Amino acid sequence: MSKTRNQIRDEMTGLLLRGGLIGLVAFAAAVAFMVVPTQIGRIWPTQFEQTGFRGTGMEVIQFRSDVVGLAEANVLPETIEAPVQPQPGEALAGDIYENVQVLGHLTDANFNRLMLAITEWVSPEQGCAYCHGEDGDFVSDDYYPKVVARNMIQMTWAINQDWDVHVAQTGVTCYTCHRGNNVPQNVWFSPEPLNNWAGPSARYQNQPAVMNYSTALPVDAMQVYLLESDQPVGVHGTTPRNPGVPGASIYHTYQTFSLMQHFSNALGVNCTYCHNTRALAEIDQATPQWATAQVGRAMVQDINNLHILPTQPLLPETRLGPLGDVSKVNCTTCHQGAAKPLLGQSMLGDWPELVSPEPVYQ
Amino acid sequence: MAEYQNIFTQVQVIGPPEMGVAGVPGHEAELDRVGHGRFSAFLGWLGNAQIGPIYIGSLGFASIVAGILWFVIVGINMLASVDYNFAQFVRQLFWLALEPPGPQYGLSIPPLNDGGWWIIASFFLLISVMLWWLRSFRRAQALGMGYHIPWAFASAIWLFLVLGLIRPILMGSWSEAVPYGIFPHLDWTTAFSIRYGNLFYNPFHALSITFLYGSTMLFAMHGATVLATSRFGADRELEQIVDRGTAFERGALFWRWTMGFNASAEGIHRWIYWFAILVTGTVVDNWYLWAVEHNFAPSYEPALGAGGFAPAPAATPEIGG
Repeated sequence: MSKTRNQIRDEMTGLLLRGGLIGLVAFAAAVAFMVVPTQIGRIWPTQFEQTGFRGTGMEVIQFRSDVVGLAEANVLPETIEAPVQPQPGEALAGDIYENVQVLGHLTDANFNRLMLAITEWVSPEQGCAYCHGEDGDFVSDDYYPKVVARNMIQMTWAINQDWDVHVAQTGVTCYTCHRGNNVPQNVWFSPEPLNNWAGPSARYQNQPAVMNYSTALPVDAMQVYLLESDQPVGVHGTTPRNPGVPGASIYHTYQTFSLMQHFSNALGVNCTYCHNTRALAEIDQATPQWATAQVGRAMVQDINNLHILPTQPLLPETRLGPLGDVSKVNCTTCHQGAAKPLLGQSMLGDWPELVSPEPVYQ
Repeated sequence: MAEYQNIFTQVQVIGPPEMGVAGVPGHEAELDRVGHGRFSAFLGWLGNAQIGPIYIGSLGFASIVAGILWFVIVGINMLASVDYNFAQFVRQLFWLALEPPGPQYGLSIPPLNDGGWWIIASFFLLISVMLWWLRSFRRAQALGMGYHIPWAFASAIWLFLVLGLIRPILMGSWSEAVPYGIFPHLDWTTAFSIRYGNLFYNPFHALSITFLYGSTMLFAMHGATVLATSRFGADRELEQIVDRGTAFERGALFWRWTMGFNASAEGIHRWIYWFAILVTGTVVDNWYLWAVEHNFAPSYEPALGAGGFAPAPAATPEIGG
């Protein structure tokens, strides 16, 4: 039985309607597929920068909000007073005041200018009294923060002079680490074992802690790599086959992995900021930042051993860690989540007194 | 009418419990099974609704006892690592571990709290797994089956033996072995790849990944095909190996139309079987350098030139002439 014209028309209408509906849904899905990701990117915008050959995943991706947050957290403090050009024959702080051991070579104006700035950077709440006592005995060495401050000024000189290969022309001042705190906020103490029951093989791992960034990795990586210097960071073999030569152990590798977690978190970057991760040990595939980090680690060891540890006997118990040790420096102490501390802004121009013991006034 | 397009089995047939077949000659005595068989409607949604009777046997019993010993030793070591604080044990469970001895001990017996318990626990785990394998072999024997299941199980056990027993012994140190813990064994996996120069360049690893993902894909294709044609009786798939009907033929036709080529009802099970089995070392110390040596690691331009991220290279003075 053949269909009537009306039946055929109804069928065609039905088909068209159904096809139209399916087409509409498909079109809506396609639009959603294209539009939704762009809107997600609008709600949580990111920015990214390629740092290596395409296809190697070498890129730095950041949330715009994190970039803004870093910019807000890294505003330089205002310089109260510009450096004062010393005049020939001008009296020096060492001549005017008693017991000025490391800054005696500064003119009175620049000396007081620096003292005020250090107060702002290190003890804005306690003021001068933090180092010199409530009664303002500026001669006395009875207050430990004053004696520590001397070490720290010498340390600042050493960093700016001897470690320019890491800190470059940006350099560091007290503010780079202190940011208005008596003790910089990002420091570390020698860790207590996480696992008191286990022997030495597993004492420092397998519990979430601040020093392993809540992983199960060991917490003794900073002790091993940022204070002591015997153990190399690299764990790889240098030849494809290495028969009979005992290489780095798995635990050694955990420690290196843990140190890399620290680098990554301290600088707010991922592994590919320095490495081509297909071959972590290959220097010629790394970025220049790899070399900067190498030097940085040597610098931190130097700071901790030559400048921080000697202050330990000076400190009251409240400043010491659970094992009675001084709080030490790591990458976060300066970097505080930024690839370059203070986002690469230099304060040295205003503070030639902190560059070296022989300040050059422009 | 059964509805097959569902993640649950919709039809459950309840009758007298199936008590199992008699064993092949020589194995009748081993077929003593415990229990009388009962039904669970809930389990019936996922699989066969009948629970039991079960055969435990001396191999199964010994395997379970050894496995429980391993489990308890690991657990008590974890508990000891948080000073027997049960709340912390629960809170930090995913981080806790029983670690192998440190490298300083080599293959010697370390103190109990420094890897000794790891060796004891590993011994019981080895006993437990090997007995369970033997049990699966003996059960296949008793039922007159082929040995496909025990050999497939053996391929997984091989990986376990290589990582936990053979490789550490060949390298002369238990410290190379895997810790017992959730996150710690994942950290071990990463550290292992870091230490030995990127396991992705190990061709055996690459093949294993291919077969691992391949087996999941084949399994999904097969499962979907059988479910989609089960309304025509394709769920009786083994009969269809020898007695073709409209059901499996339709599935085969679907794939022949899709890919031009298709597995047979028997062949698909062989594909999946071998793909799953092939998911499984050497003296290579750095797989990346090994891959360079064998010309399959690509070379890239150095990182310095790409993007504005790296500091601009210092201007090169022109050589005058």
